[in-house]
Amino acid sequence: MKIIKSNDMMLHTTTRVVTFIILSFSVYLFFAGHNNPGGGFIGGLMTASALLLMYLAFDMKSMKKALPFNYTSLIAVGLLIAIATGVNSMLFGYPFLTQFFEYYQLPILGETELTTALPFDLGVYLVVVGIALTIILTIAEDDK
Amino acid sequence: MAVLHWATISPFLLAILIPFLYKYARPIHTGWFVLLLPLVLFVYFIQQLPVTSNGGVIEHSVPWVPSLGIHFNVYLDGLSLLFALLITGIGTLVVLYSIYYLSKKKEQLNNFYVYLLMFMGAMLGVVLSDNLIVLYVFWELTSLASSLLISYWYHREKSTYGAQKSMLITVFGGFSMLGGFSLLYVMTGTFSIREIIANVDLVTSSSLFLPAMLLVLLGAFTKSAQFPFHIWLPDAMEAPTPVSAYLHSATMVKAGIYLVARLTPVFGGAAEWFWLLAGFGIVTLCWGSISAVRQKDLKSILAYSTISQLGLIMCLLGLGSASLYYGPGTDTSMYTIATLAAIFHLINHATFKGSLFMTAGIIDHETGTRDIRKLGGLMTIMPITFTISLIGLASMAGLPPFNGFLSKEMFFTGVLNTSELTIFNMQTWGIIFPVLAWVASVFTFVYCMITFFKTFTGKFKPENYDVKVHEAPIGMLISPIILGSLVVIFGLFPNLLAYTLINPAMEAILPSLLTEGEVFHIDIYLWHGFNLELFMTIGVILCGTLIYLMMHKWSKMAFYLKERDPLNLVYDKGLDGVIKGSQVVTRIQMTGLLRDYFVYMCVFMIVLFGYTMFRYDAFAIDTVNVTSIAPYMWILTIVFIGSTLVIPFINHRITAIIVVGVIGFLLALYFVIFRAPDLALTQLLVETVTVVLFMLAFYHLPELRKESFKPRFNIVNLLISIGVGGLVTAIAFSSFALGNETNFESISEYFIANSKELAGGYNMVNVILVDFRGLDTLLEVLVLGIAALGVIALIKLRLTGREDV
Repeated sequence: MKIIKSNDMMLHTTTRVVTFIILSFSVYLFFAGHNNPGGGFIGGLMTASALLLMYLAFDMKSMKKALPFNYTSLIAVGLLIAIATGVNSMLFGYPFLTQFFEYYQLPILGETELTTALPFDLGVYLVVVGIALTIILTIAEDDK
Repeated sequence: MAVLHWATISPFLLAILIPFLYKYARPIHTGWFVLLLPLVLFVYFIQQLPVTSNGGVIEHSVPWVPSLGIHFNVYLDGLSLLFALLITGIGTLVVLYSIYYLSKKKEQLNNFYVYLLMFMGAMLGVVLSDNLIVLYVFWELTSLASSLLISYWYHREKSTYGAQKSMLITVFGGFSMLGGFSLLYVMTGTFSIREIIANVDLVTSSSLFLPAMLLVLLGAFTKSAQFPFHIWLPDAMEAPTPVSAYLHSATMVKAGIYLVARLTPVFGGAAEWFWLLAGFGIVTLCWGSISAVRQKDLKSILAYSTISQLGLIMCLLGLGSASLYYGPGTDTSMYTIATLAAIFHLINHATFKGSLFMTAGIIDHETGTRDIRKLGGLMTIMPITFTISLIGLASMAGLPPFNGFLSKEMFFTGVLNTSELTIFNMQTWGIIFPVLAWVASVFTFVYCMITFFKTFTGKFKPENYDVKVHEAPIGMLISPIILGSLVVIFGLFPNLLAYTLINPAMEAILPSLLTEGEVFHIDIYLWHGFNLELFMTIGVILCGTLIYLMMHKWSKMAFYLKERDPLNLVYDKGLDGVIKGSQVVTRIQMTGLLRDYFVYMCVFMIVLFGYTMFRYDAFAIDTVNVTSIAPYMWILTIVFIGSTLVIPFINHRITAIIVVGVIGFLLALYFVIFRAPDLALTQLLVETVTVVLFMLAFYHLPELRKESFKPRFNIVNLLISIGVGGLVTAIAFSSFALGNETNFESISEYFIANSKELAGGYNMVNVILVDFRGLDTLLEVLVLGIAALGVIALIKLRLTGREDV
């Protein structure tokens, strides 16, 4: 990203703090999704915006060091997870993408609802993060 | 999944392993691994012979898309078994032959065997599946595999040309066939062939009978290279010879024959079916044999000969279907002999044509040429190849005591018998069948003689070849020797096949003619006594020899000098026209201006929705149940409309972006007011990310300059914008009003009631996304992924000039 060389002390410091707040909130949104506002799509967008904030504040080189991800493959991984949850129900003789849920007593968390929708949502989450960053970084890296 | 299912998909499973075997077991020719599979399958199918020859069938079902009536049903009766044996039997021999034909050092064996196995599996699927849709899927797979195999040597321009041609023609037929299958479904309500045959009354009484028949026949004719669709087959000869022997003579091109035979119980007995099959068949027979005479390439001769023989089988199936007109009870053995001849010739053709292709391949492999003008005098140099070719050619020419003689005699009997039919206007036209059949046989005899004498007799001229000519290695000769021996064995003992293969297949083609426990009476003899058929054969031999002896006279005629089929002109011109036409259309509509694309979309939307609303008189306004609008909503709406109206008048980009952002955030505010937190959150986040995107885009955009529009252009745009806005408003009002009027239950009630019950979540929006409408979401994220890849492709792989894409 072509950021003009400048000493953005304030931006850097706040970004470090704020990014973590946004990221943790996005994780909360992701998990809250089933019963409260949120979900994979919203969580993914929020994570993407947190990461974008970091890309804006710091230069490309140090970001590549800090987050050595290939976001394009994140799309593929996300899609695979989503499809795998769908295929999973076929293994038990149900139609493609049948979702299940059950309540369990888990240590620390107490009674918790576990759903197959969660991994599906995780797939959506990863795809959203992947495409947002792929598109924006591709355009950003393009210097013609 | 029964054994038969596994038999069908086992080639596909093996194909997955082939690339690894090729990579990690390089010193061993990959063909050796492949060879096992068709052999095992062949043995398996041989073991099923007693089942079908006793009139039994094997069937198993695996539901695939039960809601649409699509099941992966395998069904093995006499006809399927005959084809399954051909596919696996010839397959085994071809794979064995290919091991010696294709060098393991120079060739991309992994590609070759993956395609070959793909074809084998697809072909087994075609002949074994009872469901028309499954059959169609496998059918198209055979086209695909065939096309891949034709373009196996893809660096040759002719190969890719042939591959494209075969693909276009056979897939065109395949699509038509799918249309025919759909019509059959419309008539009977099932895709199962057996159920359709059981409900044949529904088909024959329907007005869709003829369209369905024509569409299905289009599929069969393109696949089986019937006139005028045969032009793809000679060009398919660019494939390696094992492929030509396997796909383009013994199996794939007979898929059309299979389909016709399979559906004879449905359409047979109708005059149209009789005339289309017999007519196109006999024309193909003549055209193919006459065209074969003028070819100079060994494989081209064989290709046209295959076309003509396929026409012969097709014609016989058509003639035989006349017996269904009479139904059970009457003596129809006079006409069923045509069907008998069709099946018998199908087997014979696979044996002699397979061996001939293989010997042609050997000659090509050992001499480096297939041109009959260069070849000659190979008799003493390649004695084994010579012997096999002699047997094969004699059989093809219809000489005793080989199997080709028997089926050709039977073919004559068939046409002679049916020419005496008193139905379908045969009283007037019946005589053309024996005449054309005889003429075609004369030319068949001539091209057989040309092939034989030009290749094996005469003077051997070493200077014509780039390599030292010698006999092929024994491994390469095994397969043609086996096929050649079969030619002799079937010729001497034809009744070996009578009740094992031919009768069960006939029962499958003409089931309604038999009562319980009855079988078709089959007696095939070499010697019938002096009858008309024998005199016809003698005439063929005399005339053929005469024409061959006069070859030096007619070989200077224009007819002989032009090898290419004139019908190719139609194809080439047509393809050219299609490409040029689509370029013109693309150039007109793809202006490269986003504004124009918006105009297309909006105009289309106005026309489509406007027409629909107008057509069903759906415009309505209901003011009864309207609540008053709160003052803050007025403010919000006015700001909303105001900021939208401002945009066209802004000259600064930053300002424009900010105003668009304002609209986005106001929209989020609407969502908040109407209590849709999920939507509001999404909208806010999308706006945020979009801002970043816009900032990035600034780097690349040129200065925004004031553009001057022509006034007329402006008015059109204004009209379109107002039209879209007005229409959407009208739709909103109308749907509200009509919803009140008809009082139907909103779908949201269902989700509100069931989101906790069925999906265990309180957040209805999310439950809809991940559960109720999970497939939508999956496809949406898929679209997103494709869009991201598109962006990468557009930016990273940017084209440099103005390429025409």
